Amino acid sequence: MITLENLTKSFGSRLVLDGVSLEVPDGQNTVIIGASGAGKSVTLKLIVGLIEPDGGRVLVDGEDVQELDREQLAALRGRIGYVFQFAALLDSMTVAQNIALGLVRRGHGQAEIQSRVEESLKVVELSGTEDKMPSELSGGMRKRVGIARAIALKPRYILYDEPTTGLDPITAAVMDQLIIRTRDLGVTGLVVTHDMRSAFTVGDRIALLYQGSIRRTGSVDEVRASDDPVVRQFIEGRPGPALVQPTLRRSVG
Amino acid sequence: MSPATTSGLPAASQGFIAHLGRRSIEAGRALADVRTWLPLLANQMRLVGVDSVPIALFIAVFTGIVLSLLSSYIFTGTVPLYFVGALVGKTIMMELGPVLTGMALAGRVGASIAAELGTMKVTEQVDALETLAYDRYAYLVVPRVLAAILMFPVVTAFAMGVGVASGWITSINLLDLTSPDFFKGLKLFYRFKDIWFGLVKSASFGGAVALMGCLRGLAAEGGAEGVGQSTTRAVVLGCEAILVLDAFWALVLL
Repeated sequence: MITLENLTKSFGSRLVLDGVSLEVPDGQNTVIIGASGAGKSVTLKLIVGLIEPDGGRVLVDGEDVQELDREQLAALRGRIGYVFQFAALLDSMTVAQNIALGLVRRGHGQAEIQSRVEESLKVVELSGTEDKMPSELSGGMRKRVGIARAIALKPRYILYDEPTTGLDPITAAVMDQLIIRTRDLGVTGLVVTHDMRSAFTVGDRIALLYQGSIRRTGSVDEVRASDDPVVRQFIEGRPGPALVQPTLRRSVG
Repeated sequence: MSPATTSGLPAASQGFIAHLGRRSIEAGRALADVRTWLPLLANQMRLVGVDSVPIALFIAVFTGIVLSLLSSYIFTGTVPLYFVGALVGKTIMMELGPVLTGMALAGRVGASIAAELGTMKVTEQVDALETLAYDRYAYLVVPRVLAAILMFPVVTAFAMGVGVASGWITSINLLDLTSPDFFKGLKLFYRFKDIWFGLVKSASFGGAVALMGCLRGLAAEGGAEGVGQSTTRAVVLGCEAILVLDAFWALVLL
């Protein structure tokens, strides 16, 4: 299980996370929704230790990420796949080399690596693209390769950063199905998105990040039925003052 | 003045020393991760070295031409003309060969490294490497810095040879100098130290240029503009480092 305990994070004078607490149950897709700039991506990066919190803890399988040494952090990252918003594929490598990158790091043999690359590409329906460069792929294909790179490691968790942003509706639906399929393979998913259609499709539980903290969590049905005005405004996509995301200022003194 | 700490050192100095210490530990850790950087070294050596030879030779040709003409202008009527060979040889081997080659490569290699790593940084490719349990310094910095340390002297050696040859060809064709006279001058004050001094400097230039490129690239922020600024800064810092190291080696080794 991934547990976020009272996380705070500022960038300069801008307070982004102000006491975020959340549990990500195993075997489910938990979706964090929120406005742009709410701190959703920051939350994901805190979980894998790419950035450090100013306060609070991130626990993964009971381990405090901040307390891990380099080897332990590397081991943790081996259990967590990360799908970046724009895939973050290495430009100088082919699709196959990108997917194999984490496997090479772990010291897998060539035969095993090839097998996993083929298997992962099959899952994301991109078989035959092994030798293509990222620049030859569409945005949707790059994201699918990003997912393939994550699932090739057979992780326990996968973090998805805005997986459907910038995609056409059909490709977005394909991405949603991939996320669901990955969950069905036993991988716990944490998705951050502001795409409500996708959130309701892939999510088992939804949490709304608002003004630096989790305003509401619940099942899809519970969130859909919520009468909280902020939740209603967000899921209905209504502009208005309630969701103007104020720039949180860190209090001085 | 910074407030003093319990150790007696100003806080700012302690902070700098701590920063240097952390960077040194990171560097040591990255160097020890041979499994990561060694497979990448050969390709970096090709990019840094082999691909840089044309520009280095281009500069060397014209350096040799100008040096021989300039020395002829200076020496005519004062000392025997065969001193042209001495000046061309000494200057190219000890100074202009390493420094001009280094400056050219600071623009080519330093900018290329900074742009590549900067682009990787702003597109989260560096973060992706870390999520795959790679050390960013072992994967990105060490192979480039080591490649530059190894290949800058190789490229400089070619440049030295071509520069001296260019000076010789200019001398025998445009000046009143014969080949035996040119080589007499070349050997007159020659010491083996002339060559290794130039190559040692060149290796240090390579390390500095590559390191500046890597560090500025990894510090890039804010998209294309940020990458551009980092690239420019990397080239400037690389050139400045060459000049400082040039003076340092002259003080230490001469």
